[in-house]
This record gives sequence, structure tokens and C-alpha cells, in this order.
Amino acid sequence: MKKYKWLVPTLYIIFLMLPIYWLINMSFKTTTEIINTYSLWPQKFTTENYVKIFTDSTWYMGYINSITYTVFNTVISVAAALPAAYAFSRYKFLGDKHLFFWLLTNRMAPPAVFALPFFQFYSSVNLFDTHIAVALSHCLFNIPLAVWILEGFMSAVPKELDETAYVDGYSFGRFFFKIFVPTIAAGIGITMFFCFMFSWVELLLAKTLTATAAKPIAATMTRTASTSGYELGLLAAAGTLTIIPGAIVIYFVKNYIAKGFAMGRV
Amino acid sequence: MNKTINQKAWYFVIPVFVLVAFNAAIPLMTVVNYSFQETFGNNVFAWEGTRWFKQILLSERFHASLGRQFAFTFIILLIQIPLGIAIALTMPKKGWGVPVCLILMSMPLLIPWNVVGAMWNIFALPDIGFLGHSLNAMGFDYNFTQQPGDAWLTTILMDVWHWTSLVVLLSYAGLNSIQPAYYQAAEIDGASRWATFRYIELPKMKKVLTLAILLRFMDSFMIYTEPFVLTGGGPGNTTAFLSIDLVKMALGQFDLGPAAAMSLIYFFIVLLVCWVFYNLMMKNEAQS
Repeated sequence: MKKYKWLVPTLYIIFLMLPIYWLINMSFKTTTEIINTYSLWPQKFTTENYVKIFTDSTWYMGYINSITYTVFNTVISVAAALPAAYAFSRYKFLGDKHLFFWLLTNRMAPPAVFALPFFQFYSSVNLFDTHIAVALSHCLFNIPLAVWILEGFMSAVPKELDETAYVDGYSFGRFFFKIFVPTIAAGIGITMFFCFMFSWVELLLAKTLTATAAKPIAATMTRTASTSGYELGLLAAAGTLTIIPGAIVIYFVKNYIAKGFAMGRV
Repeated sequence: MNKTINQKAWYFVIPVFVLVAFNAAIPLMTVVNYSFQETFGNNVFAWEGTRWFKQILLSERFHASLGRQFAFTFIILLIQIPLGIAIALTMPKKGWGVPVCLILMSMPLLIPWNVVGAMWNIFALPDIGFLGHSLNAMGFDYNFTQQPGDAWLTTILMDVWHWTSLVVLLSYAGLNSIQPAYYQAAEIDGASRWATFRYIELPKMKKVLTLAILLRFMDSFMIYTEPFVLTGGGPGNTTAFLSIDLVKMALGQFDLGPAAAMSLIYFFIVLLVCWVFYNLMMKNEAQS
């Protein structure tokens, strides 16, 4: 039985790769070929779908918009979560447990519940259709997540580290940035990975809060699918390109993923 | 860790508190407002009391989508959790296989949700998709846009494809935290493979598995984008899960009152289940 153990993960990975392969396959076909013939690889290999995306500003701006609000959100989430996670991991204070659970409930809130009120709220403060609106709205689920992961990493650092630093005459600020932050660098990396991931893949809120100026690539895709008939090749090419940022991020954190999960927090 | 009592710690929490309150409390209050009122447009509202709540709780449409939602979440958990554990158990523990498995398995997690839906749509189309074409070539009458059974099968398969890796990664991390000494002791005692799993691996994975079940419950319970892009809730209403139904009601028909009441009931159900899970998890953590 041991000999065939590798079969399970291999079959699973093949299952994972098949739809991705099919998407890439479609992206290199012409629209007529897609509609008229069924083939396992492109018969008339073409890159015109990609050329269209890189030359048409409504397409490539979608990518820039998505990346912009994702980066904003990651920075805001981690910056706000760092001190909070430190407080939760080191101190007891009035209402700490309730506050922690309340934060988590926001990770549990279905975005569909918030879509309409968000639209009205961000319109009323004149932030509708801006990158910052999407970045702020994604804080709803990313900040609780960031606090949760960081708290796990910080609790694993013994308190003696703090006390020794104070004895050595460090001020709180110097201790925090010179000693504590480098100690949990891996944890911060993991947190950023998850914030990036959940902001990048979310569409419902991003779509509701934008019209043209900050429209995410994912929304551009849905509108293409419904308005200009069925340009499957173009859709497939755009889809393929959305996989790339994620793949790059995974490559950089691959050594930390397992370790990060091992802290028992996601 | 014994924590010091320090009320000033609140200062550290303020940024998070403000940002989340700004995002959660204000919109939630709007929803609560709507749920008790009737709107006539132009910002004219009339008090309706608990009428919308009664209407939603008694409506067959809500019962149907709630039923579909529970069925879907239950099936998802039933498939993904055992499958995830099985894959984590058979994954290589060292060597070049580890990063290859980790990178390839994490891929589905980082694809935007609507692209997942679009990808599976293209993959499953009966005439030009690999899955649909192959199934039909094998003699099955498969068409997910017209047959409810096929639509369910495709939606479930898509979710298994999308999220099983999360369970795998969590279980794998749990397995990695087991000291080799435990396995050596099991070997000396002549424990069977099943006994090793049941009495060593499973208890050690308890914490990450609770988390995996919690996350999979929450996320599958609020699933929206993927089935919306794949089937649009159809054929008919057969794959219209709670979120899809809710968005249809709120943004499509602009029935703000009933939609708001439904949102609150929906949120309350999620909260209730998660509260139970959370307490279980904290109890586990206190024990270890």
C-alpha cells in the first residue's frame, strides 16, 4: 500500500490542473475555433486575445485597479492589526474576549448582507467608485483575520522577550519595531499573504462599490460575458491573467505556508 | 501565557475597533432600519414592525433556499473534510515533492471567485467543455444548464475543486506538528495504521480540523459568486442558495424591507452556528 501512496496527491493535482489547463487552452484559440470545434489543444494558435487585453485600457486598467485596492487593503489591515494583536496577546482588559468574538463575527458576515448598505454608505460619504472605498470595505473581513493570525504568532513569542528589552532600557516603540516586529516577520508575511488573497478573490463588494474609475478586472469580465455576446477566448485570456498575481505570491511564501498554518490559525 | 491586566491596552485596539465599526456597525444599523419599515422611494419610510420578519420566516421561498443552503453545506463538509485529511496523509513529508504539492494545491485558493465560476462554466459546457464533452462521449446525458441534478453535481464538484486544498493545507500543518517520537512509540507497540491514525494523528489534528470545519462552514454558507457565475441560480431556482436569493431580492427587485429582514435572519443563523464552534475551539485551546 505504501508504494502507491503518491497516487492520491498526484490524482488530486491532476484534477486541480484540468480546469486551469482548459482555461489556458481556450485563451489561445480564436472565437470561431472555440464555437465550431472541440479540441484538446489549440489548432490555430493565436495570441490575439492577450494582445487585445494589453492594448485596450478598459481591460488592463481593471488589473491595475484590482492590484491597487488589494495592496491598499493589505497595508491598512496589517498596520491596524499589529497593535491590536499585540494587545490581545499580552494584556487582559475590559471586554477583551467579547471584542475578539465580535471581530470574528465580521469574518462570518455574509458579504451579500452588506452589499446594499455599503453602496449607500460609501455613496453618502463621496467615496463611491474609489480604490480606497473597496480597500476599506474589505477591512470588514481582513482585519479580523489579520488580528486572529497575528495574535497566534505573537502568543508564541515568550513574554520574557518584552521584559528583557525593558530592563535593557528600550522604550516601547523601539522595542516593538526593532525587536518584536523582526521576531514575528514570518507571521506578518503569512498575514499579508492571506489579506492579499481574500481581497484579490472577492468580487461582490468590489463590484458593488465601483462603476468605472476603480472597476476591478473581475467585474470587467462579468460585463464582457453578458454584453458582447460570448467572447469566450477573451474571457479565458483575462481569467488566465488573474491567476498570475496569485501564483507569484504563492511562490514567495511557499516555505511559510505550511509553517503559518501550523500555528493553528488561518 | 499569563497576561497582565492593563486597561490602556484599549489604545492599541482603537484603530481596529474604529475601522471595523465603521464598516460593520453603520451598515448593519441600516439593515436593521430597513427591516422594520416600508419604503416608498424618495426616502419616505413607514413603520412596519415585525411584518417582514414574519413574512420571510413563513415564506416558502425562504424555506426552499435555506433548505438548499443546508443541503449544499452539509454535502460540501462531508466530502471535503475526509478527502482533505486523506490527501494530507498521503502527501510527501520531505524532499522536492513538498513545495511542488504546496504550490500546485494552493493555486485554486488564489483565483478570483468569479474566474472560478467562469472557468468551470467553460470546463463543463456540454459541447465544448472538457468535462461536459467527455461525459457525453461516455454516454451520460449531461447538461448542467438544463438539468437540476447536473447543475448540483457541477456546483459541488467546483466547490470541492476550489476549497479542498484549504483542508489539505490545514491538516498537513497539523500532521507536521506531531513529534517523530509518537510514531516510534506506536511502532514499538505494534499499532496498526488505523490505530496510529485514530489515536495519534486525529487527536493532534483536532484543533486545525475544528478550524477547517468552521471556515468551510462559514464560507460555503455564504457562497455567492461562484454558483452565480456558473449557473446563475438555475435551472429555475434549483441552485439559488441563500446569498443568491438575497441579492436577487435586494438589488434585483429592490424589496428592501423583506431583504433586510432576510439578511438579519441569515446573519443570525451563521452567528449561532459559529458561536457554538468558537466555544468548542476555545475549550480545545484551553485544554492543550
